[in-house]
Amino acid sequence: MSAQGARIGVVTFPGSLDDRDAARAVRLAGAEPVALWHADHDLKAVDAVVLPGGFSYGDYLRCGAIARFAPVMQEIIAAANQGLPVLGICNGFQILCESHLLPGALIRNDHRHFVCRDQRLQITNNTSLWTRDFELNEEIVVPLKNGEGGYVASDNVLDELEGEGRVIARYLEVNPNGSYRDIAGITNARGNVVGLMPHPEHAVEPLTGPTTDGLGFFTSVLSSLLQGAAR
Amino acid sequence: MSRHVDTVTNAANTPDLEQPFAELGVKPDEYARIREILNRRPTNSELAMYSVMWSEHCSYKSSKVHLRQFGDKKPDSDAMLVGIGENAGVVDIGDGWAVTFKVESHNHPSFVEPYQGAATGVGGIVRDILSMGARPVAVMDPLRFGPADAPDTARVLPGIIAGVGGYGNCLGLPNIGGEVVFDPTYLGNPLVNALCVGTMKHEDIHLAKASGIGNLVILFGAATGGDGIGGVSVLASETFEDGGPAKRPSVQVGDPFMEKLLIECTLEVLHAGLVEGIQDLGGAGISCATSELASNGTGGMHVYLERVPLRDATLTPEEILMSESQERMCAIVPPENAEKFLEICAKWDVVATVIGEVTDTGRLIIEWHGEVIVDVPPRTVAHDGPVYERPYHRPTWQDTLQADAPTADRLKRPTTASELRDTIMTMTAAPNLASKRWVTDQYDRYVLGNTVLAQPEDSGMVRVDEVTGRGVAVSTDCNGRFAKLDPYNGAKLALAEAYRNVSTTGAVPLAVTNCLNFGSPEDPEVMWQFSEAVRGLADGCLELGTPVTGGNVSFYNQTGDVAILPTPVVGVLGVIDDVERRTPMSWKTDGDLIYVLGTTADEFAGSEWAHEVHGHLGGLPPGIDLKLEQALSQILVACSRDGLIDAAHDVSDGGIMQALIEMALRSGIGARVWVPDNLDPFVFAYAESATRAVVVVARSEEQRFIDMCAARNFPATRVGVVDSAAAAEPALVVDGVYGDVLTLPIAELADKHFSTLPAIFGPTVG
Amino acid sequence: MARVVVDVRLKSEILDPQGRAVQGALGRLGLNGVTNVRQGKQFVIDIDGELDAAATEKLHEIAGNLLSNPVIEDYELSVEQA
Repeated sequence: MSAQGARIGVVTFPGSLDDRDAARAVRLAGAEPVALWHADHDLKAVDAVVLPGGFSYGDYLRCGAIARFAPVMQEIIAAANQGLPVLGICNGFQILCESHLLPGALIRNDHRHFVCRDQRLQITNNTSLWTRDFELNEEIVVPLKNGEGGYVASDNVLDELEGEGRVIARYLEVNPNGSYRDIAGITNARGNVVGLMPHPEHAVEPLTGPTTDGLGFFTSVLSSLLQGAAR
Repeated sequence: MSRHVDTVTNAANTPDLEQPFAELGVKPDEYARIREILNRRPTNSELAMYSVMWSEHCSYKSSKVHLRQFGDKKPDSDAMLVGIGENAGVVDIGDGWAVTFKVESHNHPSFVEPYQGAATGVGGIVRDILSMGARPVAVMDPLRFGPADAPDTARVLPGIIAGVGGYGNCLGLPNIGGEVVFDPTYLGNPLVNALCVGTMKHEDIHLAKASGIGNLVILFGAATGGDGIGGVSVLASETFEDGGPAKRPSVQVGDPFMEKLLIECTLEVLHAGLVEGIQDLGGAGISCATSELASNGTGGMHVYLERVPLRDATLTPEEILMSESQERMCAIVPPENAEKFLEICAKWDVVATVIGEVTDTGRLIIEWHGEVIVDVPPRTVAHDGPVYERPYHRPTWQDTLQADAPTADRLKRPTTASELRDTIMTMTAAPNLASKRWVTDQYDRYVLGNTVLAQPEDSGMVRVDEVTGRGVAVSTDCNGRFAKLDPYNGAKLALAEAYRNVSTTGAVPLAVTNCLNFGSPEDPEVMWQFSEAVRGLADGCLELGTPVTGGNVSFYNQTGDVAILPTPVVGVLGVIDDVERRTPMSWKTDGDLIYVLGTTADEFAGSEWAHEVHGHLGGLPPGIDLKLEQALSQILVACSRDGLIDAAHDVSDGGIMQALIEMALRSGIGARVWVPDNLDPFVFAYAESATRAVVVVARSEEQRFIDMCAARNFPATRVGVVDSAAAAEPALVVDGVYGDVLTLPIAELADKHFSTLPAIFGPTVG
Repeated sequence: MARVVVDVRLKSEILDPQGRAVQGALGRLGLNGVTNVRQGKQFVIDIDGELDAAATEKLHEIAGNLLSNPVIEDYELSVEQA
């Protein structure tokens, strides 16, 4: 297949906020964004899926806790286990953790405030399907905005993630939310499911973002699809 | 529990029943007028409706006679599509796009419960914008608090900021600007104003009117609870035999998730063409929505109140009519569209209920389980409320205040380089001038992906059309100290500053909204401040050619007898053809030249320096000539369009020095600056003369820039050059300071500027 | 050693968006007939020694003003002496 023909689904849950932004990023990366609806058991045969940021179902129980049970998630969980590339951004990351597609959890920021800032990150894995267009240890700046972005997991899990090179990005200069070991994003063992707390979809145009560094995540999955790495 | 509902029949049969109108805030003559309109005593439900709709908050009864000036002095403008009187005014920005924007106050609720008060303030203004058919695209919050270090500020400020952020962030609206101002007069009465901007195509404009006999009245959104109906329980307790209902909360709780669903659901039903008229439910809830829709439309409506979905089954009909439960809307829908309408609501998990229909009776009739409890001409409730010509007079102390000018002989000024350096370090850390990052970093400015400029830039700017790059810029401003010294010119100065801020970013100012925060209208001196401010704003808008599209009045902002500074917050909206051409505030290129546009005079009355250093307020505020302001605006816009300037920043609070410091801090690059020969260094640094801006001009464009200013006969003075090597470390180096050179390292300035609020309110990130 | 348990919930008349969201989820997960869900929080406070009247009173004061926001929340306090 060609990257031009790639179709990437963006899920809208009730309370999703960055779904338009994610769709725009997909488009700017050169693929076709496909809207997926939380209540449907239908992935519309997309080649990859983005779970965008926001406050699904108000995030009132725990972030992502209710979204995990949405019909569309049952399809995504099954497909992800078969190798479908899935990127969860912020609330999407929280949903992936609640769905046990990724280990650990995200808790309230250690300073207890919502924070919105331009965050410097180091890319620490360039083999996952969503990070392969980056150089290893490349430094990028993308917006970060969260109230519950502190990544936590047991020491065993953290050791395993680090040992297997599954930490895909770390916070540089300042740890904005108390995440253990400065972890900003991780991937599953297979490298197709990635969770990321910062928002690459807000760094895709010089006009509206601090950089265009975020595009790399979206072009990465297109490269992956093109190279037949996915599935 | 048995409940006697006061019906129209009952009211006719018991004409002499005493009613607690005074407890509801209805004056005896107003009560008499209600009886005259109805030709009988009102039922309790009718009394509840009239009391809330004729309240100051809903009827503008004290301000109406003054606010008429905004219409009477309306400038000729092709831009206005929908004017004052609707939920929000609508402005044409070209290419078939329209923009609606409005600012409203939520001051009193935010003092009682800071988080929820501020949150529901955001929610309310967003629904106002939504009810015009627009998609809300950005919010801004002008806030005012007591002294930053006062204990009660520590109570209210974090809650208010968290509430504004919590609601707006969860709603997915970028917060792109606003103000945070500290002054002792706001200590017992903080101001929480909330502004929202929405965009739509011309054909999507919707109005609040109930037309088409037989059309259905559909209530949709959250269920109705006992929120914000404290006052009406007087009536409720009289209709209960067993001692009254549960205590009703005066606090309204917002549910931004519900509001997000309501936005998507409302836009979908509007775009599907299913809706004849639409209105949001805010203050006065169902009373307001039904009476306004009916009054604006065919003239009649029949409502079955028992159909309203309740969160609390013990609510009485009076309470249901008055409830200010959040996240509700009311639509007028032709019967043939109802099924589709309800289907879309179900898709978004939004409860929708047909509660009535449009009639040709000319009456608003409300039934409760088969009995008529309201039968009124809707116009008398919604539009023909009382109008007061409140007495007003110039305060006796006004002359003394104006005579107390902060001249050099009366307020000690720095007279050496080292004294000026100390002043600079004090000023850049002063709460009113220090970085507000502690606040704004709690707001999402990125969501929706169209934010081109956000705080601390001069105005917030969002892209409206992704293809053409057309966008809008908005700024809100008000220096309440200027308004206290001279409410007429203070209002003009507020207008001028917001107008200038919009122009500074390269947008053409188009329209004005306002939130007029004042003390008690029953105080003739406050009423004078109000009337003067309105007159100033109306005259100013006429001169500048920017019509007032709507706004809000908030009275009774005072602690005991002490009123807040008169605070006419002015919001100006401008349009820019292509947001790629926006002018940011930070310089970037070594060698670019720094110019001051405008004239600096020895004007310190009401200035930040007089306030911060001397705690002084007196004299006459800076002079304001709106013709000059217009010329400056045209230069700033033309410079943006023709690419003559690379950066620009408004000069206002804290004068030229503060403007230069903010530009340097934003860019991280130093500059060399020299004090013009004809100016005292301190006056150059901190005077707050109006109608000025700092602009940064590439050397290659300097001649064209000078020619443009000369052609408009507008003063432009070269005061510096961007220079990353001005000192050993990045610094602002100021020459000509009482025979000395001041070196102000950016690191030192940053340390002062960014640490003030975290030191008071606790650390956050970075 | 005493264990003090403070339960804090929104007052019954105050809207509880959290509870409402959970209520909706319960229905979608097939649990029918749920008429109301209210979410709260619980504080478990362990204190050395016996709790005297003064300390209990102090705890009530703290529960009513610090642990709960009296404008919108109620609390219940129970003491388990060990």
